[in-house]
Amino acid sequence: MKKYSKLLRPFRNAWGGVISHKLRSMLTILGIVIGVSAVIALMSIGKGAEADILARIQTLGANLMMISPGSQMGAGGVRGAAGSSASLTLEDATAIAAETDLITSVAPISSKNMQLIAGSQNMNAQVTGTNTSYMTVYNLSTTSGTFFSDYDYQTGTAVAVLGATVAQTLYGANDPLGQNLRLGTIIVRVIGVLGSKGSVSGSPDNMVFIPLTAMQQAVAQQRTARGEQVISSISLLVKDAKNSASTVLQLTDLLRTRHRLIASAANDFTITSMEEVASTVSDTMATTTMLLGSIAAISLLVGGIGVMNIMLVSVLERTREIGIRKALGAKDTDIWIQFLIESAFLSLAGGIIGVILGWGAAILVSKFGAMTTVVSMDIVVLAVSVSIAIGLFFGFYPAWQASRLNPIEALRYQ
Amino acid sequence: MMIELHDIKKIYPIGDRMLTVLNGISFTIEKGELVAIMGASGSGKSTLLNVLGCLDVPTSGTYYLDGQEVSKLNSKELAHVRAQKIGFVFQQFNLLPKLSALANVKLGLEYADADDYSSAMRSLTTVGLADRADHRPTELSGGEQQRVAIARALAKNPPLILADEPTGNLDSKSGDEIINMLTALHAEQKITLVMITHDPHIAQHCQRIIYIKDGMVEKDEKVQ
Repeated sequence: MKKYSKLLRPFRNAWGGVISHKLRSMLTILGIVIGVSAVIALMSIGKGAEADILARIQTLGANLMMISPGSQMGAGGVRGAAGSSASLTLEDATAIAAETDLITSVAPISSKNMQLIAGSQNMNAQVTGTNTSYMTVYNLSTTSGTFFSDYDYQTGTAVAVLGATVAQTLYGANDPLGQNLRLGTIIVRVIGVLGSKGSVSGSPDNMVFIPLTAMQQAVAQQRTARGEQVISSISLLVKDAKNSASTVLQLTDLLRTRHRLIASAANDFTITSMEEVASTVSDTMATTTMLLGSIAAISLLVGGIGVMNIMLVSVLERTREIGIRKALGAKDTDIWIQFLIESAFLSLAGGIIGVILGWGAAILVSKFGAMTTVVSMDIVVLAVSVSIAIGLFFGFYPAWQASRLNPIEALRYQ
Repeated sequence: MMIELHDIKKIYPIGDRMLTVLNGISFTIEKGELVAIMGASGSGKSTLLNVLGCLDVPTSGTYYLDGQEVSKLNSKELAHVRAQKIGFVFQQFNLLPKLSALANVKLGLEYADADDYSSAMRSLTTVGLADRADHRPTELSGGEQQRVAIARALAKNPPLILADEPTGNLDSKSGDEIINMLTALHAEQKITLVMITHDPHIAQHCQRIIYIKDGMVEKDEKVQ
């Protein structure tokens, strides 16, 4: 018990210093509080935005991979007219589907913007000709009716499945199932409506799906020099998202061979894996979060300088006290430790209050603001340990100054 | 032998000149003696007090305190000697204003690494301030503050108590009380007490007076 009390002595003395100057201590703490809470609030907003975007990407599935022709084409853009970019073919899709050790489902896609007419309603939408794998690849489900079948695909039946928004626009409250819908020059029968996937870019909500074979009747089909049928893009699911990098390499090899590209030629297609997109977005958001955190950290730094300022004033003001303590037998290290603990304590208190305020602010933002926030434990631990480190760092010099005061001069100080 | 000084010199460099403040002081003080050191201001008695109190080391000469040579110690070792062997009573009282009387007395024990803090209350009782233990120095009169300071010096039961003009900041009535208290404590507890003063009236209460002039011992005589 007595040993314990001796160990506590510098803490008691430091605590005495803190509470005997309440206002000054509180102002010092406030500087750290603002810094720490700013770091936590901003970092959690950044992390929340990252989690938000990643969650939206995840709804598409990390196993998703998309092949589009020609690198000059914008991602998700209109699959355009002829030329060098008309390089992907239905036969490519069939060849990829044969690679069953890498791939689980392949959906060839041929899409075109068309005018849809249903009764008195009309709208423009993207019509996507594909196969039955599309449902699996994009993880879609129908809310009413069914998706078209393999039989429909093989026979080129004129049936259509509507995205949720399209169905709502064209039919409103009426049941679209069994209705006839005019797509450009052909007429199809509506057999299903998809569930809404939300407003992700290129959302199926705004599309109409028909068998690729039916699409061939609606639109004049383009063929490559070797007589293969040109399609807009290929979407597929890889077996294992973790191996997506090696899958990309193997698919690249396959397509280059099929397209008979010489070694020096650039790829005439682009493979985008969701895994990559997700990690790119994640990296970008992490950078943004760090940026936000760094800006907030500047205020933490200013708070630290505030601690140093106060401690220097405190040492000057308490010169006589230091002299008295030294005359009573305090060693330099006793004084040093006392002041160091005092500044570390002020910063730690600021850090803890800052965590509470910052956390609270993050919760309020996600409750009343539009933003998602994520307070992660590592930020909290980091902010608190940084605040102690700041206290020790900025308290070091004032404490050292206090410890080396000459007791004779310190006692004479008025 | 409590204090043994041999040819103590203290020389300060001032610019390119050397200022000799103590110029070869030698004397001894026995255990249990009550000694006054007198001198005009500028005589070097304050510097002598700093050396005696282990707040400073002499430029040359040897100083034995309670059998230990302390004239060549570093600041850490000096702090240890102050904590263990010396109780100070200052002219300015030098109490910490934010601490209670009792806490001030305990502070002396803390740095002496005492295990038992009960002596703090005992020495406050000795100086007659047990009922004011919770009061802060600002709530006490000058004489009471000096009694707290005496209690602080006494609590760790040091072999030597050094009093630097202990009545210098007090009116004559309180000053007399303090002197009577110090002499009574000396008589009862057989402590060695060295008082620095320029007041001959106070010095007369001591057993022996050492007169300092120009950094040297001018006269060293027993009081009748």
